[in-house]
Amino acid sequence: MKIFGLSPRVIKVLLTTQYANMLEYRIEIALWALSGILPFIMLSLWTESNTANTFSFTNIELSRYFLSAFLVRQFSVVWVVFLFEEDALLGRLSPYLLQPIHPLWRYVSSHLAEQLTRFPFAFLIAFIFFTLNPSSFWIPSFPRFLFACIATNFAFIIAFLLQSLIASLCFWSEKASSLERLIFVPYLFLSGLLVPLSAFPSHILKFVLYTPFPYLINFPARILSGMPVDILKIISIQIIWILILTPIVRFLWQIGVRRYTAMGS
Amino acid sequence: MKRYLLSLRLFWTTALSAQLEYRFNFLIELIAMLGTLLGSVFILSLFFSHGNKIGDWTWEAALVVQGVYTLLDGITNTFLKPNLSEIVNYVREGTLDFVLLKPIDSQFWLSTRTISPSGLPEICLGFSLIIWSSNRVSNGIHFDHIAIFIISLFCAIIILYSFWFLIASTTIWFVKTWNATEVLRAVLASGRYPVAAYPPSLRLFFTLVLPVAFLTTVPAQMILGNINLLKLFTSLLFSIIFFNLSRYFWKFALRFYTSASS
Repeated sequence: MKIFGLSPRVIKVLLTTQYANMLEYRIEIALWALSGILPFIMLSLWTESNTANTFSFTNIELSRYFLSAFLVRQFSVVWVVFLFEEDALLGRLSPYLLQPIHPLWRYVSSHLAEQLTRFPFAFLIAFIFFTLNPSSFWIPSFPRFLFACIATNFAFIIAFLLQSLIASLCFWSEKASSLERLIFVPYLFLSGLLVPLSAFPSHILKFVLYTPFPYLINFPARILSGMPVDILKIISIQIIWILILTPIVRFLWQIGVRRYTAMGS
Repeated sequence: MKRYLLSLRLFWTTALSAQLEYRFNFLIELIAMLGTLLGSVFILSLFFSHGNKIGDWTWEAALVVQGVYTLLDGITNTFLKPNLSEIVNYVREGTLDFVLLKPIDSQFWLSTRTISPSGLPEICLGFSLIIWSSNRVSNGIHFDHIAIFIISLFCAIIILYSFWFLIASTTIWFVKTWNATEVLRAVLASGRYPVAAYPPSLRLFFTLVLPVAFLTTVPAQMILGNINLLKLFTSLLFSIIFFNLSRYFWKFALRFYTSASS
């Protein structure tokens, strides 16, 4: 039986080797987890400023939202373009291209392994959050939790595809990673990492909903924090984005890889 | 001293000509920077959207803080990041040996070796935003306010540099510390808003432990005419303490340097 053209053995080897590799860097990964504290800074700002009632959130809902946003981000953060750029420039990509497995799968497995390593740290930060802020403790219902996991994974896939799109531009330009900023900036402001999207003025919100960004943080976080949201609609829109982005990435990769010059090796 | 100035000129002219290779990147950085500023002003406007205020800060006064942040971010991107994020590579590859052998102060070499012009537009934009919005608050800026503002901004830059350098020095022990600079960046992002916007406990933290308040809020207060000599004095004191700490810590860290792979 094959999954996405990969045999279970290949998947197992990829994941276990990458996981072992990641365990080597536990302190670094703990620091990465800590560098995601932005939602908490924003939470302290919004609760202090009394604007909470203007966008129909109670303070408890607000803190649940931002904790969920933190968790969703922890398990959907992607940095494939930086890995890929380095590999392409140093010529390390050459042996990967010879192997009978798409190089992107290697990056997928390293991201998944990193998420697994990150899990205890994210959990610890959530635990500290609840001890400081016990009134906001909640346990999502099981179906909600399940849907939140699915939505977070889809968010990861969309983010991964968006970055792979930029990464495949590395075949054309040496410093394509700076193009990543063009995705990161709208992601930062439109994903809901800094403020729940319901605070946006409606005419801006209407436009933002046509971009993939709100489906990366805002809606998965709403699902996890137990707020009213049309779960099936969110997940179907995520699937639509995946279906749109996948062929584009495949196409760009196919024409880009012909330009690969195996620099530096 | 003359040798240092001469080295500085050589460092920066070579860095600029190297960077001109990537003019297209410059354009992208420009777009990203404008997007970032637009986004943060938009988020700030949400705070003020329903007649709310941040402490006793008006919208224009908060924009001054935003301007100081943009300016400091530009300085980080131009001077600090390109230099200090390289230290980790020198340590990992053992090329720090060559730096230490040079007849020039190693901290100076490591901190000024290159510049990246991509942060320059950010610096200009930050300045314009500060001037424009503080002018709107007080109808004409006094000369002495500007003078005091420049002193406190200078202290802010020294504090910021010392923090970056302190973290970068830890690479001697932990080879992958640029994640730690990411943590620093994440915390410093809190400087986008006046420190009065935070709950009291965080306010204390941002004033005494990690003096984010002295990076953006205090310079903004100075140019707005809220001159408080105690604050000015404290930021001078902090900048002296942190700068000396960074020098001392670097010398201390070097004692543990074991020169990898050479």
